[in-house]
Amino acid sequence: MRIWTAIRMTIVLTVLTGIVYPLAIAAAAHALFPWQAEGSLVTSGGTVVGSALIGQNFSAPRYFSGRPSAAGDKGYDAANSGGSNLGPTNKSLITAVAARVHEVRESNPGTVSVPVDLVTASGSGLDPEISIAAADLQIPRVAKARGLDEDTVRKLVRANTERRSLGLFGEPGVNVLMLNLALDRLRSGDRPAGS
Amino acid sequence: MLANAIIQIGLFLLLVTAISVPLGHYMARVFAGEKTFLDPLLKPVERLIYRLGGVHPENEQTWVEYAVSMLLFSAAGMLLLYGLERLQGWLPLNPQALGAVAPDLAFNTAASFTTNTNWQAYGGETTMSYLTQMAGLAFHNFVSAAAGIAIAIAVVRGFIRRNSKTIGNFWFDLTRATLWVLLPICVVMALALVWQGVPDNFAPYVRAKTVAGAVQTIAEGPVASQEIIKELGTNGGGFFNANSAHPYENPTPLSNLIEMLAIFAIGASLTHTFGKMVGDSRQGWVLYGVMAILFLTGVAVCTWSEQRGNPMLARAGVNEIASASQSGGNMEGKEVRFGIVDSALFATVTTDTSCGAVNSMHDSYTPLGGFIPLLNMQIGEIIFGGVGSGLYGMLVMAVLAVFIAGLMVGRTPEYLGKKIEGREMKLAMLFILIFPLVILIPAGLAVVLPAGLAGISNPGPHGFSQILYAYTEASANNGSAFAGLNANTGFYNVTLALVMLCGRFLMKVPVLALAGSLAAKRSVPESAGTFPTNGATFVILLIGVILIVAALTFFPADALGPIVEQLAMRHSHLY
Repeated sequence: MRIWTAIRMTIVLTVLTGIVYPLAIAAAAHALFPWQAEGSLVTSGGTVVGSALIGQNFSAPRYFSGRPSAAGDKGYDAANSGGSNLGPTNKSLITAVAARVHEVRESNPGTVSVPVDLVTASGSGLDPEISIAAADLQIPRVAKARGLDEDTVRKLVRANTERRSLGLFGEPGVNVLMLNLALDRLRSGDRPAGS
Repeated sequence: MLANAIIQIGLFLLLVTAISVPLGHYMARVFAGEKTFLDPLLKPVERLIYRLGGVHPENEQTWVEYAVSMLLFSAAGMLLLYGLERLQGWLPLNPQALGAVAPDLAFNTAASFTTNTNWQAYGGETTMSYLTQMAGLAFHNFVSAAAGIAIAIAVVRGFIRRNSKTIGNFWFDLTRATLWVLLPICVVMALALVWQGVPDNFAPYVRAKTVAGAVQTIAEGPVASQEIIKELGTNGGGFFNANSAHPYENPTPLSNLIEMLAIFAIGASLTHTFGKMVGDSRQGWVLYGVMAILFLTGVAVCTWSEQRGNPMLARAGVNEIASASQSGGNMEGKEVRFGIVDSALFATVTTDTSCGAVNSMHDSYTPLGGFIPLLNMQIGEIIFGGVGSGLYGMLVMAVLAVFIAGLMVGRTPEYLGKKIEGREMKLAMLFILIFPLVILIPAGLAVVLPAGLAGISNPGPHGFSQILYAYTEASANNGSAFAGLNANTGFYNVTLALVMLCGRFLMKVPVLALAGSLAAKRSVPESAGTFPTNGATFVILLIGVILIVAALTFFPADALGPIVEQLAMRHSHLY
């Protein structure tokens, strides 16, 4: 008797909270915010190039690099998110960070101390952003690789910087994918005169 | 930097307080069966549920009947989830064609979600079909939370009823918590999360051709609907492996704020529900005050330690100093949009409660910063706490506190007009002792058995912390992790599942027995010798008792993990 009540309530509440509720939310989400509901996908020339919220691998000097990523084997695997989970006294962490510091200094001559976010893996492995300091550090390299003047690049960095929410919450950051897309668009047409 | 930290944390607590009073009073009406503004919409649904479920909500239950209903309901839901996981390969809404979940992992996950722990030995996007996520996991997010609220209400009834054999009806409390409390908030806030960027679809994973010319497969799914109940029900099981650090689960600082508020909302409100039900709102504010003080202490230490960073990174040429252009601090395992303050705040909030969602990887925290989440759980997750379990856990500590006060002055202790006698103290102590028992014994076993040691991913004292953290979160039904621990093995799947089941049900039954025992008592009138439990003295006493119990129980173990590792880090010792 009591067992039957438990089984019947399990089924009834599964249908309500596990089927009706998520379907209703998905329908309302698509009606109100269709772009976000589909994953904030960004297209270029008709093909999906990524999501505005999800970071990607960039290693060429003409692109701003994102943060190191521990998602998947090659990093930025958006079907296998995660952090490094290296502890603060783990030798592997300190060795890896030191190697990255060296790499940043090699590819960005003149760099002394490196912003911490540029040489540490994010929690998700998909962090779309880098700090303003980490972007500023890369401006000369990107400008040189593209034959642009630094001010042009700096303007694009500022245009792709997210401020704190309501001026208070979180931290400002630069969206690497959107910035690099903007750089590519600049090359294909609207290059400002004099650059 | 410091100013922003203080403003963010202060504003957050202010918002929690502002939400908790009206929501707490609303819940008191909901569980008294009084009229609310949602009745025209929900009453017909409620009647339909009772009819389909064969429930007679007016039948009052004794504590035994109440406990049996709760246990049978949990068992049925656990079996259903296990079945869904094993059969998902043949069921619809599985665009990635994910196969059956392995038996030990399926058992672990079924125990984990039934107990409101949401420990995950799997990565969501690589393991679970959309159907398993919504009908299996999200369903448990709702009902395990609703069951927690139900039991808290039943315990409060124990204090206010006199000479009564019954403490309410489980099915009534469960249905009301789901319909009147959880669902309406979820519907509104899920859409707010979508607005911020959380996806909600049933599409196959997207194949993007990246700017650099590679292919990126992007996992999708009905995320928003599950995301909000994961926080509101203090469940914590992420849709994706990276949980609330994943930009799809938590895309902006604003979504982060919504999620943190959702985690605290019900636990904080229940203190006022309690105050309202016992007819003395100051009794509720006392518990709220204790919780707020412990919360602020934890978040201050955690933020400070994470902002201070790792001295060995600084020596390697890394700039960890906060400025206008970077948050600085220990950013390993953290997201740029949250920086240090929102990460440390989230870590504290999620472990004060039994949530366990994470927006940064606790395993990579500085030893002291990671000690705070561990300590929060060892205290018993009563700092606002799990939905329901936070309130009844705190009430058990209050019973212990008045008992100790009674011993000091040599009088029979009373709490809320009920004499606390031998039977009540035995049940309270049972509740308090089971918790560390199922942490320390299995953790001790894991550090001597090869199968346990094999899971460690960080050498040295941090490896011990990983194991201690795992069993602590399992017993506390938290589900956050020092996630480097390789726990998807037969040994960890089975032992952790058993600890989760003990931590949930072996503690719920004594607390219901306590409620039954109290309800049967008559009420004694207040006298000059009654120790007042609605003032500042009791706040201090209660904090003292909570900290002493936790310290006496866990200090030796903690000394071997985070404490020694903190000393090692400051002296640049590597493992």
